[in-house]
Amino acid sequence: MKTRVGIIDYGMGNLTSVRNALLSLGVDVEVMENAKALRNVSHVILPGVGAFGDGMANLGKRGWLDSMETDIRQKGKPILGICLGLQLFAKRSFEHGCHEGLGWIAGEVVRFESADGSLRVPHVGWNDVQVVDRSRCYREGIKEDPIVYFVHSFHLVPEDPSIVDGWCEYGKRFVASLASDAVWAVQYHPEKSQKQGLKILANFLTNPFS
Amino acid sequence: MLRHRLIPILLLKNGLLVRSESFEIHQIIGNPLYEVQRFNQWNVDELIYLDITTAGGYDLRRDDHKTKGLTSSLEILDEVSKSCFMPLTWGGRIRSIEQMHTIFSRGADKIAINTLATQSPETILEAARRFGNQAIVVSVDVKTESSGRREVYAGGGKIPTGMEPIQWCQRVEQLGAGEILLQSINRDGCGEGYDLELIQEVSESIRIPVIACSGVGRFEDYAKAIQRGASAAAAANIWHFKELSDRQGKRAMARAGIPVRI
Repeated sequence: MKTRVGIIDYGMGNLTSVRNALLSLGVDVEVMENAKALRNVSHVILPGVGAFGDGMANLGKRGWLDSMETDIRQKGKPILGICLGLQLFAKRSFEHGCHEGLGWIAGEVVRFESADGSLRVPHVGWNDVQVVDRSRCYREGIKEDPIVYFVHSFHLVPEDPSIVDGWCEYGKRFVASLASDAVWAVQYHPEKSQKQGLKILANFLTNPFS
Repeated sequence: MLRHRLIPILLLKNGLLVRSESFEIHQIIGNPLYEVQRFNQWNVDELIYLDITTAGGYDLRRDDHKTKGLTSSLEILDEVSKSCFMPLTWGGRIRSIEQMHTIFSRGADKIAINTLATQSPETILEAARRFGNQAIVVSVDVKTESSGRREVYAGGGKIPTGMEPIQWCQRVEQLGAGEILLQSINRDGCGEGYDLELIQEVSESIRIPVIACSGVGRFEDYAKAIQRGASAAAAANIWHFKELSDRQGKRAMARAGIPVRI
């Protein structure tokens, strides 16, 4: 299938910037209002900013949950979760209570805390990624420690750290990106990370694990 | 390591870029669409656009600037977001949650509010729930009287609110804002440096990031705001009147020992 990227529209945040970034790479993009559109696309992006509970509720309301399982996960269709999209792959999150996630990645989403309360939250700005696996997001055209744009208050703690392909440091080490087969996820915003970010998106579009 | 951001603020009035002094004098300096391409090429950390158009303020001179057609600031946002692969904050004249939704859907990552927040603070809570804390920047415009008394102003520096800045910033944080854009009406356009006491007092009293603004005249001013506790340094006028303002600004910060993205 020709490369065509579908962005999941579930009413959470700014799809336009992801769409504009992909268009600048010269690929076909479709903002998918419902799961029927999945059959037309080769790659899927789950973007999102906002609260975890609302994100899961909206995926359910708009009928995405079953089709994400059958048409993306089981079929091994490449999917990239961005920011809240990464966190939704987790089993659960403790943002404003406790919420069940998609459960594709064994792990939990927790808030940034520092023992002395000195850490400013949200973590906003440009921070470097310590790349530990160059086979996926960071395969081509990426500097040794790429600097990318983060804006988030929560982060995912995986049960199996071997799926992490990039770490970041804020108060302590946390997951910048991870990948498990065709499921990739980044905590930062590649669509807002200038040239390095666009390279990361381009690497996803040539995902060799699909 | 988290780098401290250096942020250009672009002021829009009746569809044109302007420079500002004391929140009152606004001089036209150019075409917003040309500028965004320039900033993208420079690889800047983030952009903040503030629409400071006042109601009924049609500017006859705009016909000379070949920006006819871009009568609404949303059309400018559409154009800007097409080539803006960096975080984009949009503020000014936002009066409702619905307007925020429109602005996000047209490509902004964060919105900045001031007057709306002072008039109905619970809007901050509602907006943070709906769009996420990180998407809500509250702009706090402070005027300092000769007695040293400080007061928060709304309406583009025209409406005194009776509120004390530190208490207001703490309330804004509790209501769920993600960042504070701290402006000084006295310092606006003066080029004499930031109000460092104000920046320090506000930064120490809250745990969300503070973006310092107003008063930058030299690249060396940026680092001082960071040393007083600001997370990011912002400025408007200097970006238009100095050469290589991003690179030189970053270098000045780096020389002062501030970690920046170069």
